[in-house]
Amino acid sequence: MEIKEKESVVVRFSGDSGDGMQLAGNIFSTVSATVGNSISTFPDYPADIRAPQGSLTGVSGFQVHIGASQVFTPGDQCDVLVAMNAAALKTQYKFAKPDAAIIIDTDSFGPKDLEKAQFKTEDYLGEMGIDPDRVIACPLTTMVKDCLADSGMDVKSMLKCRNMFALGLVCWLFDRDLDVAFNFLKEKFAKKPGVAEANIKVIQAGYDYGHNTHSSVANVYRIETKNKVPGRYMDITGNKATAYGFIAAAEKAGLKLYLGSYPITPATDVLHELSKHKSLGVTTVQCEDEISGCASALGASFAGALAVTSTSGPGICLKSEAMNLAVIMELPLVVLDVQRGGPATGLPTKSEQTDLLQALFGRNGESPMPVIAAASPTDCFDAAYAACKMALEHMTPVILMTDAFVANGSGAFKLPDLAEYPAINPPYVPEELKGTWTPYMRAENGTRYWAVPGRQGFEHILGGLEKDDKTGAISTNPENHDLMTRKRQAKIDAIPVPDLEVLGDKDDAELLIVGFGGTFGHLHAAMYEMRSAGKKVALAHFKFINPLPKNTAEVLKKYPRVVVAEQNMGQLAGWLRMKVDGFVPAQFNQVKGQPFVVAELVENFTQLLNK
Amino acid sequence: MAYTQNDFKKGQPRWCPGCGDHFFLASLHKAMAEIGVDPWKTAVISGIGCSSRLPHYMATYGMNTIHGRAAAIATGAKVANPDLTVWQVSGDGDGLAIGGNHFIHANRRNINLNMILLNNRIYGLTKGQYSPTSPRGFVSKSSPYGTVEDPFRPAELCFGARGHFFARAVATDAPGTIEVLKAAYEHKGASVCEILQNCVIFNNGTHDAVYDKAGRAKNAIYLKHGEKMLFGENNEYGIVQDGFGVKAVKLGEDSYTEADVLVHDAKCEDNTLQLKLAEMEWPVALGVIRDVEAPTYDDCVTAQIEEVKAQKKYHNFAELLETNDIWEVK
Repeated sequence: MEIKEKESVVVRFSGDSGDGMQLAGNIFSTVSATVGNSISTFPDYPADIRAPQGSLTGVSGFQVHIGASQVFTPGDQCDVLVAMNAAALKTQYKFAKPDAAIIIDTDSFGPKDLEKAQFKTEDYLGEMGIDPDRVIACPLTTMVKDCLADSGMDVKSMLKCRNMFALGLVCWLFDRDLDVAFNFLKEKFAKKPGVAEANIKVIQAGYDYGHNTHSSVANVYRIETKNKVPGRYMDITGNKATAYGFIAAAEKAGLKLYLGSYPITPATDVLHELSKHKSLGVTTVQCEDEISGCASALGASFAGALAVTSTSGPGICLKSEAMNLAVIMELPLVVLDVQRGGPATGLPTKSEQTDLLQALFGRNGESPMPVIAAASPTDCFDAAYAACKMALEHMTPVILMTDAFVANGSGAFKLPDLAEYPAINPPYVPEELKGTWTPYMRAENGTRYWAVPGRQGFEHILGGLEKDDKTGAISTNPENHDLMTRKRQAKIDAIPVPDLEVLGDKDDAELLIVGFGGTFGHLHAAMYEMRSAGKKVALAHFKFINPLPKNTAEVLKKYPRVVVAEQNMGQLAGWLRMKVDGFVPAQFNQVKGQPFVVAELVENFTQLLNK
Repeated sequence: MAYTQNDFKKGQPRWCPGCGDHFFLASLHKAMAEIGVDPWKTAVISGIGCSSRLPHYMATYGMNTIHGRAAAIATGAKVANPDLTVWQVSGDGDGLAIGGNHFIHANRRNINLNMILLNNRIYGLTKGQYSPTSPRGFVSKSSPYGTVEDPFRPAELCFGARGHFFARAVATDAPGTIEVLKAAYEHKGASVCEILQNCVIFNNGTHDAVYDKAGRAKNAIYLKHGEKMLFGENNEYGIVQDGFGVKAVKLGEDSYTEADVLVHDAKCEDNTLQLKLAEMEWPVALGVIRDVEAPTYDDCVTAQIEEVKAQKKYHNFAELLETNDIWEVK
């Protein structure tokens, strides 16, 4: 047996959507993170509600990248592919590196399975051009049944443990300590100790199988840990980190957290997560529709809560009316858009960045609204916190953008210490203004004061009709409308945001890569590879999109070549061209519903350099 | 603290002279003074439409929001801040057409809102189109040959959504209006008050049969829980059971006597007869038609939070973090 030391390794678990690949992947990530590896994950669900078993459309995947030092993406292609059935091998093999190890369950490659997966012959490996030496072929289903023969379980329940056998095999391949996996399962199935026990037994069997039979065939990989940042960590998905950011901000601001929401993929996990935490006083209302999700949140905001509504692009279409009301009423509100493929229902489970212009402009009238985009699963926490702080302190709705990739992906999250986060101070109307206060009176930075119902002497009315700047009464005066329009715009423009940071060869880059939101990891990895190849490259990644950082024009104009790379047809590029005179970047646009592939980015960017 | 109607008044209403909204507003001011909740603990939330201007004339907290969303916005305000007394004001277009979904769900959830539905059976602000309560065949600017659709009957919608409170009053009838508003306030949960209101410009006379006192004496019945359902200028008519329904009869005719007259039961959980009463075309039922106690959404949300707080061991963000699988990198 050879032990290969590797800097990083990518593992992809794939199988039928009922095969429990997400759970197996999750446990493996946790086990790896626990030993101090850096991790980045990407679950790839089928969109079908329940595609026929064994069919090509029903394949579900979970990819995890584990590294000795920091990894920024789930990886382009995998070093190990687990394919639980013929359809998985057929559809997922394209994600495997040429020398990848492939684990298959030979029991799921019978004539019917091959037919469903549209193989023409029984020589499925030959058909796909796979070298059999790279394949760990085991009768996995049979072995799971044997292993649980004495458990008294029915066959259906036994088969649910197949994923754990694969997990055990992978754990052996990576020399992983099984205790962490065992503890994970004991906790997960605390109320069903029988299930936990069966799963543990099967993991051990998978591990032993690898150890006993395949020690001569496969390599065992070892991922050491380097560049460790000491601290306490947990694995967190983007959606969970977003929910945690909201909770943290509410606590810091001393406000009740209210979420109005309607289920929608891929944002629903935020509703699930927040609904759990009633012991923190979190109030969640699953509304009758997206409209009400946003409208009720605005009502909650008026009544004095930190109000949030969560959705994806189609929901933003419906919420835009109440978002606009929040703009003119100048009330704090955070609108979460977990972007997915569009238009309309589009690709509900896939990831895109195609809502940027909708976020910036998708409302009637002059309706400026801050936009913040999270860069990674763990960054969702900071982005959500920043969105809440901005909304509350500047009395405005704020759009927080994530995407399916960031929302479902996970990373190792260093437990934050709330004491280190900035205070959140909403501009409550000062008591001494009682008697002279009117609703659109502004603090020095142009922000309207907040008078929460319950305070005597500050009774007032807000609404969707234009109001007089001085009295707060309804006004159709043309000069006043022009003035109020400018004041609402100036308030947003004046919101302070951190400067745009340039990574890489910031002084002498020949190419500046520009992106926003969830593509950070891929763009960073592309830059890293190019610099390793001796190229002079820098990366400027936008998290604050409206208002733009003050140094935006300076950064964009500093380098001889600039490419804006985004998962849409050029929305950020267009926005930057609108805001920065004379800025004409090259563009890299891809709208496949899939994350960028680093190798493609490198190839494309290198061509730009050579032009 | 004792209030007068002036403590709730603000500004000069801009409705057309003779508009039913003027009458209703005056009654609302009086009702709020009698109820006695502080203006600063009261929020009046409306949508869009003539009647939705109402919050501008209230010295309370208020919002005149967007078309149809008043019930949704009021829901968030009440759930987030249960100490507020929340009045939601909509017209028939705002509440039942564009806002119909929010109307039924606020009723179904039983949010503790006082929901006012000012029903003039017309779109007034957009100058005269038929509304979801206009009768079939109604001629308007958008239906010059008459509508070919049936109207909603608000009570039916409320009951269909499992509403627990429904009352009706005529805008010009101040005592009747104040009575139902106070009852709506007293009722814990979503309380719908349908206010029959005249639009002098675009639908004049739509409620003529009951719009003045003399008309109501002939054509309306004031329902009171626990009392016999008698009506008419000399109480010469009564409501009796008629097979599976109810009907109005003249006492002394067809051998009907007062003993046959039904006693109104607003508290009856089963809404069958209440619905029959609400749907009568003659006489028009006024007063509290249904008033049944049920758990309110906002109370249940608060109670559940308290319950979970007592059960769970984490009560702040730092403690929440500790509930996860944590590893330490040294």
